[in-house]
Formats: sequence, structure tokens, C-alpha cells
Amino acid sequence: MKRFTSLMLAVVLGATLLAGCGGNSAGSGDTLKIGGIGPVTGGAAVYGNAVKNGAQIAVDEINAAGGINGVKIEYKFEDDEHDAEKAVNAYNTLKDWNMQILMGTVTSAPCVAVTEKTKEDNVFQLTPSGSSVPCTQYDNAFRICFSDPNQGIASAQYIGQNNVASKVAVIYDSSDVYSSGIYEKFAAEAPNQGIEIVAAEAFTADNKTDFTTQIQKAKDAGAELVFLPIYYQEATLILSQANTMGFAPIFFGCDGLDGILGVENFDTSLAEGVMLLTPFAADAKDDLTAKFVKTYQEKYGEVPNQFAADAYDAIYVIKAAAEKAGVKADMDASAICEAMKTAMTQISVDGLTGAGMTWTSDGEVNKAPKAVVIKDGVYVAL
Amino acid sequence: MKRLKINRDYLITYGIVIVFYVIMSILKGTNNLSSLFKGLLVPLCVYMIMAVSLNLTVGILGELSLGHAGFMCVGAFSSAFFSMIMKDSITNPIVRFIIAIIISAVVAAIFGILIGIPVLRLRGDYLAIVTLAFGEIIKNIINILYVGKDADGIHVSFKDAASLGMGEDGKIIINGAQGITGTPNDSTFTIGIILLIISLFIVLNFMSSRSGRAVMAIRDNRIAAESIGINISKYKLMAFAISASLAGMAGALYAHNLATLNALPKNFGYNMSIMILVYVVLGGIGNIRGSVIAAAILTVLPELLRGLSDYRMLIYSIVLIGMMLFNSSSKAEQWKAKFSPAKLIKKHKTVKEAE
Repeated sequence: MKRFTSLMLAVVLGATLLAGCGGNSAGSGDTLKIGGIGPVTGGAAVYGNAVKNGAQIAVDEINAAGGINGVKIEYKFEDDEHDAEKAVNAYNTLKDWNMQILMGTVTSAPCVAVTEKTKEDNVFQLTPSGSSVPCTQYDNAFRICFSDPNQGIASAQYIGQNNVASKVAVIYDSSDVYSSGIYEKFAAEAPNQGIEIVAAEAFTADNKTDFTTQIQKAKDAGAELVFLPIYYQEATLILSQANTMGFAPIFFGCDGLDGILGVENFDTSLAEGVMLLTPFAADAKDDLTAKFVKTYQEKYGEVPNQFAADAYDAIYVIKAAAEKAGVKADMDASAICEAMKTAMTQISVDGLTGAGMTWTSDGEVNKAPKAVVIKDGVYVAL
Repeated sequence: MKRLKINRDYLITYGIVIVFYVIMSILKGTNNLSSLFKGLLVPLCVYMIMAVSLNLTVGILGELSLGHAGFMCVGAFSSAFFSMIMKDSITNPIVRFIIAIIISAVVAAIFGILIGIPVLRLRGDYLAIVTLAFGEIIKNIINILYVGKDADGIHVSFKDAASLGMGEDGKIIINGAQGITGTPNDSTFTIGIILLIISLFIVLNFMSSRSGRAVMAIRDNRIAAESIGINISKYKLMAFAISASLAGMAGALYAHNLATLNALPKNFGYNMSIMILVYVVLGGIGNIRGSVIAAAILTVLPELLRGLSDYRMLIYSIVLIGMMLFNSSSKAEQWKAKFSPAKLIKKHKTVKEAE
């Protein structure tokens, strides 16, 4: 019995050790702590890493220039593995670190779960790329990217108003929130723009290597344009399989297609003529983009995608709002949130992903969608 | 005499859970618990229940199930669906959550029976593969399921949200791949621990019941069990259904802990099924207490390793391999036999008995 007691004692001690010290959300004093959450491991790691790196560049630039209101930023990024439960864990870890502002999360489903927590704790949240509607359902949450419905509607409007095509086939990922979200709104808006959806073919995350059936159906239905509200990995397969099958419609995509030219072993000539709505093109000639792309390439050895640009903008938007709101390093997260959410609706920011971006109090951004076409292996603005 | 010893062993298991609960509650009450751990308490309960539940299938029934996350998925979606519909009618969160848990357990048990009827006729590897398939089927069906509610009642579609044809006041509850958003946050650590104790109580008592002994007899020697007149299909199905309903309860707890519920490969796919199997194997097949502890360790470990940033998942895998090797070595077996709390109490008696 004695041994049993000592064993129990050991268990108790172990638990106490694990529990660690308690956390509170008061500021530490001399730095402003900005936390980031996104997937840096697992299937969606491309996006998480881009956001992590893009934001890091912005943080370094701001700190080198003297910080926000003279206060240096401290930046920490936690992994969520593109999983809602892990995202909440990541958020709690950042809370223990005394985070004052949250830049995240990168992907939609985890973002919705985290938004629920930031609302509870009243922490200011700015997501660079969480595009589903409920990501910003509370007044403390804002986003840099377009929401999924807006992308779907904007795509339909662009195709309709510019008379790109009237018979459209859609190939989308029904198991993905982003993809099915865009498709739904596109399908709803299409009739208003005189677009006929002749085929709507779905695939799922478990079955995304062979698209011949979907392409064949689109071909048989006589589609002039194939709308691809999907990510670029699948799009490269669709492009090469369509090429083999001798099907050459116009391909049109959203921001998920950004990055298609950077895929290894992909014949970029197949992407010739692909049109996409994206707020960011890495080879744009303006100074801001050129500088960002150069720094990113030097530091991380690759061309930044739209996610990196969104994150870079997010940090600068936080800076602008914090300066407007007069945020000090010793304010706690809740006080910062209160000041920032008013300031967000008053600022206008010129960033990589749009000029003169403004925000409404429901968290949506106002900026012009840009359409680009791939010509001679580079993005050209339309 | 024998019966008393078994019960004492069980009491230690309950004791560990209760001690864990008391310590965590005290730490939480005195504000000494970090936010990370506060957030981890409910997931801990979820995975511990899952481990107990799968151990019933793998350890007691002796059949390898690779689709256990499917039952968790069914429980999660059925309970979240109920809560979403009843959000306005039943305002007491505890009452609503208890009903939701019961629904999840019943629905998951029904699925367990439906799937069990064809699956349990198979044996060994075949059974494992078929359960794997069923787990994936459940996940994929949920991903194309659209359910909405308006004044006319409930609309169901397998195509897309637009084809639900809902009225003006319609609200989509299950939106295909986007799942259920806005589930009320009803899960608490206390309810989680109560569910864990209920699961332990059910499984441990089942093991020492007549039916449980029949199930174990089937596991140990099917032909011998059949020859003494045990109805193989009935007992197998019974154990499988209980296991499924416990997994459903864990699913309800999971669903009401997060505001979003999607059926992704990560949380309800085979990845999760394998993860739960890892808890069971690490804790010891057939060892209920071991699997609870293993589930707790493996849930907390990746969070404690956050400090290692980029190397986190790499180190986690290495630690996992290390633990598996350690746990299966004969030296570790000896060490465990020496220091196991159950053994410590009844050690001298067992030695005498053996002699």
C-alpha cells in the first residue's frame, strides 16, 4: 500500500508539472505580441508556410523602420495542421504566450473554430486567407482576402460582362469548403449573367488524380469554358489530362490557381491562356510587389504566392489600424480589440493585394478583383 | 476471492480518472492551469473514450477495426444536427446536451449493428479492410449530405445546397463538405469525465459479465466457443454495437467542443482510426487502463512539443516509435509487472496462488 501511495503521489506531481503556470492576457510591456496560426505541416502546409514567411517579412520591415507607434513587434507562428481542434490548441498556446493580436488562421474551417474563441476572449483577429463566410461572423474578426461567395459572384460577373463564354462547365472539389463555397455562389449568379452551366462535376479529396471522367463530361456537354474553383495542384492535372484528350476550352479559375506556374514537372505551356481572378500576381511591375518578391526569394528561395502577399498585407493592415487606434504595448488584448475594431473601418491601406483597401464592420474587405491571364509563361493583367 | 481482486483492479482505474479530474479541477479553479491545458481537457476525454471504445473491439472482441472514426463521425454529426435544430427550443444546455449524447450513442449503435451484420461474418484481415472501407464510406456520405430546415420541415439532398429547394426562412444545417457550423459549445470537462467513467463502467462490467466472458471465449477459441453453444454472431454484434455507441458518445463530445464540424480525413478518416488504434496498441490490447493513459499521453505530447516548431511532428513520430519499442520489450514488461499498482496490491497473493 505504501508503494501505491507513492505512485499516486508521483502521478499528482507529474500532473502539476504538466499543468505549468497559469496564463493571463496582460501585455508584457515593451513589445506588441502578434500571433499567427496556420498549417505548416500536413497537406495544406504550402499555405501555412507562405503566410508564416510573408508575415515575417512584413514584421522585419516594420521593426527595422521603428515598429508600430515606436513599439517593436514580437511575432510567433503556431502550427494547426489544418485541423480545427489543433487550431484551438495553437490559439491557446499563443494565449499562454500573452498574444495581443491574432493574424490568422490561414484555412477556413480552423478559422471558424478559432473565431469562436477570439470572440469569447475578445481578441482582435485578422485572417489573411480564411475565406468562408463564418470566419468573420463576429465584430472582432476581419479578413484580407475575398470571401468565397464574393469570389464566385465576381467570377460569374467577369465571365458574363466580358462575354468570355456562355456555356460553362465547372469542375470542383465537393469535399473542400473553399471550392464548394465558390461553386455554390457561382451557380447562383450564373443565370443572371446569361451563363449556362452545362456540366457541374465534382471530385473529392480522396479521389483527385484522375479527372478524365469529369473532363469528358464537360467536353460532351460542349463547354466553351471550364471554371475551376480549385487549388492549383489538381488544376495542373486537369490541364494536362484535358490536353491529352484533345479538349481545349478556356480555363478560368480563382485565387486557388495562383501558384500553378511554380509546380515542379508541370509543362507551363499547358497553362497558356488560363484566366484567373487573383488579387496578387508575383510579376507585377509596381515597386511594392517587386520589392516583396525579391526579399521573399532571397530569404526563402521561392516565388511568393497570393497567401504570402495576403499575410504581408495583414501585418501592414494591423500596423495601420493599431496606429489609428493608438495601441500601446502595455494594453491588454481586450482593450486593443475594442480600439482596433473601430479603427479597422476607418483606415484605407495600399497593399500588395489591392490599392485603397477598406473594411466594413462585418469584416469584409472592399477591393477590386483583378483578372490575369497566363501568357508566355507569366501572369499578364487583363 | 477472485471477484474481489478484479473489482479492486477496476477501482484503481476509476481512481486514476477521478484523481486526474480532481487535480485538474483544483488547478483550473485556482487559475494555475495554462490556457493550452484548459483547452485540451475536453479533447483528452474524447480520445480517452475512443481508446476505451476501440479496446472493446480490438482487445475484448479480438477483431481489428480500422474504421472506428466512422462511428465517431456518425455520433458527432447526429448529435450536432440535433443541437442545431433544438438550439431555440431547448435552452438549457445541459438537458439539450444530454439528449444529444443519447441520440449520438443510439445512432452510432444502429450504424454499428448495420455495419456489424455483414462485417462480423468476416475474420482477421478481411474484417479489418472492410471496416476501413465502411469508415471511409461514412465520411464520404457526410461530405455530400445537404440538410436544411425551413417552415415545411427538413429537406435532404445529396447533390448541392441549391437543390434543397428551401423556403425563405430556410436554414442549411449540414452543408456538404462545409459541415455544420455554429454548434453550441456544450462540452465541458465535467461532462467529459462523467462520460469517460460511464464508458469505463460499461466496458469493465461487460468484461466481467456473462456476455463479456462469452465474447472473450469467442476471441480465444472460436471453435471451442461454438461447440459449447455460444451464439457467435449475437455476442460479436453485441460487443461491436456497444463499442460503436461509445465512439458515438465521444463524437458528440467532440462536436460540441468546436464551432465547426467537417468530416475531413484528418478528424474522421482512416488517419484518426489508425491514431486510436495506436492508443490501444501502445496502452496494451485488452488493457483498458493502459489505453486511457496512452490516449492521454499521445494527445498531450504533440502540444508539449510545440516549442520545437518545425521539428515537432518529426520528434513526435520518433518518440512514438521509441515508446512502442520500449513498451514491447521484455525488460519493460518486467518493469511494468514490478511496478503496476494493481500488482503491487495483490502481488503476494498472486505469487501464493501460482505456487
